[in-house]
Amino acid sequence: MSPRTLFDKIWDNHVVDTLEDGTAILYIDRHLVHEVTSPQAFEGLRLAGRKLRHPENTIAVVDHNVPTSDRTQPIEEPESRNQIETLERNVKEFGVPYFPLLSANQGIVHVVGPEQGISLPGMTIVCGDSHTSTHGAMGALAFGIGTSEVEHVMATQTILQKPAKNMKIAVEGELAPGVTAKDVVLAIIGRIGTAGGTGHVIEFCGSAIRGLDMAGRMTVCNMAIEAGARAGLIAPDETTFEYVKGRRFAPKGEGYDQAVAYWKTLAADEGAVYDTEITLRAEEIEPCLTWGTSPENVLPINGTVPDPADEPDEAKRAQMVRMLDYMDLKAGQKIAGTPVDVVFIGSCTNSRIEDLRAAASIAAGRKVADGVRAMIVPGSGLVKAQAEEEGLDRVFLDAGFEWREAGCSMCLGMNPDKLTPGQRCASTSNRNFEGRQGPGGRTHLLSPAMAAAAAVTGVLTDARELTN
Amino acid sequence: MEKFTTLTAIAAPLPEANIDTDKIIPARFLKTTKRTGLGVHAFDGMRYRPDGSENPDFVLNREPYRKAEILVTHENFGCGSSREHAPWALLDFGIRCVIAPSFADIFFNNSFKNGILPIRLPREVCDELMGDASQGANSRITVDLARQVVIRPDGQEISFEIDPLRKHLLLEGLDDIGQTLKRENAIEAFETKRKQDEPWFPKIAV
Ligand code: SF4
Repeated sequence: MSPRTLFDKIWDNHVVDTLEDGTAILYIDRHLVHEVTSPQAFEGLRLAGRKLRHPENTIAVVDHNVPTSDRTQPIEEPESRNQIETLERNVKEFGVPYFPLLSANQGIVHVVGPEQGISLPGMTIVCGDSHTSTHGAMGALAFGIGTSEVEHVMATQTILQKPAKNMKIAVEGELAPGVTAKDVVLAIIGRIGTAGGTGHVIEFCGSAIRGLDMAGRMTVCNMAIEAGARAGLIAPDETTFEYVKGRRFAPKGEGYDQAVAYWKTLAADEGAVYDTEITLRAEEIEPCLTWGTSPENVLPINGTVPDPADEPDEAKRAQMVRMLDYMDLKAGQKIAGTPVDVVFIGSCTNSRIEDLRAAASIAAGRKVADGVRAMIVPGSGLVKAQAEEEGLDRVFLDAGFEWREAGCSMCLGMNPDKLTPGQRCASTSNRNFEGRQGPGGRTHLLSPAMAAAAAVTGVLTDARELTN
Repeated sequence: MEKFTTLTAIAAPLPEANIDTDKIIPARFLKTTKRTGLGVHAFDGMRYRPDGSENPDFVLNREPYRKAEILVTHENFGCGSSREHAPWALLDFGIRCVIAPSFADIFFNNSFKNGILPIRLPREVCDELMGDASQGANSRITVDLARQVVIRPDGQEISFEIDPLRKHLLLEGLDDIGQTLKRENAIEAFETKRKQDEPWFPKIAV
């Protein structure tokens, strides 16, 4: 057999059958379900009189639509309440394991999967949500799917897919102090663009990637989708095995040892061929953020807003002009020093305990600037409890941040946490599309440390100025 | 799912790259538990002004494009989230075909499952079709799936590629689940082997 990549190996291990035209029926190990993209799928099953094939490989949570304030009160918004109640009826009817709103285990689906040991190396994982790519950090092949595919997985425990192309993105060297996983992935998207990974599964490798902890790896894989990729992957290694050990649904004892032995075989073979290869030098990556309304509009924090006049392509130039107008920025202006109204630290990109520690280290002993609303939204109930045990909640509350319940919150304008038109937000989330965080809202994507720095200074700031 | 055979319809020009799913259908409209009814919110941010009135500059608010069933657009259409609400909103508006140089993967997949045909053509060809689509009442384009051609208003034919399986399902209006379940034996065989090879494989129960 010719040398295979990590993607090839996981793929080969899951092909049930191949149709005449090369489409594979791919077996799915884990199906993660949430309230927004599942109702029509359950309804489809019901109408066709089908069962859910493997409830024991499925987990459901509520995250997108839930308020992140006091949860003992009924959900006010009738449509949101209906969606959550619909999920609760569906999980009961189809026997799906479920973490309800008031469970300590509830949280954003992509935070919950790894932390519970539900997402494991070598698995195929799907969810009706594009940021399913997050679980690739475990060394799992994880795809976002649409609702029709959700129904397909429920009924058959498989999806239909053609093999992806292999892309390798190596980040070699050592990251400079104060440069985080978020900066790495923003730098990558800035380099290859939002369609750079289309049709590919990206394997992130190189010494700087191997040096990241699991939270950092999840941040990187989370945003692989923002580079257009079908999935992101990082080969499982000692860091991964250590992370998995002891988690609630991870294999235990002898089973764990057997599993690790298998997981160790997954790394790409010597000489494996990738369709596309890109290398970045870690030392050249600076803390960065986005200036426009596409995640590829990346700038170093000490950079200046680009000038549409320098863009040769007419359509792109027109789009840049529109973006600058929408974002209320001027070509050539320094991005640092731009005043913000809201700071959002949360989302499946950056709401893990490591992210909250990074933000707290900047917030400690400081105060949120006048006129700024700063929110911390832990990724799950478990992250929240851990942070409270470490006293991070006190650090944030003393500094004037809001300390909220777990959920997607202001990552998308779907629940009560929203920007109002014209507000500028420093956000640790993953999408800066027009209106993503609320109609007319302006989003700058950045790391937790930089978001905290924006909160305490009131302006976009290089977090390194506030450390040491 | 409705069959897709041939379609002769008004094509609307949308000369913009990277039209993301939040543009096609903003998240605040995802609270529905149905597939239908999203058409009024399709392209909400572009289509309506903050006070809720129609933006007369937006193409789908102008005649004859209110009745457009084909969209001609630029690169990376449908990027962003996996929400199938995006094709549902397009379909509910009346769009059955989108022509672009490239599509985001998940959106591309989701379209087929709803009887919408996404056609990839080179940028220069899309630009020519964009010209056709900009002819107002004369912007009628024909898409013949069986023959895999787009027919311009002047009769010129442009052929396009499509995966044979997807073509078959669209032409017949079939859904995937039934197709896959025909191979249930293979799925069962896989599961049996899996139990032997990976005895440690954990179940979820709460
Ligand atoms: S946090 Fe944001 S990106 Fe992540 S699952 Fe929720 S809405 Fe999607």
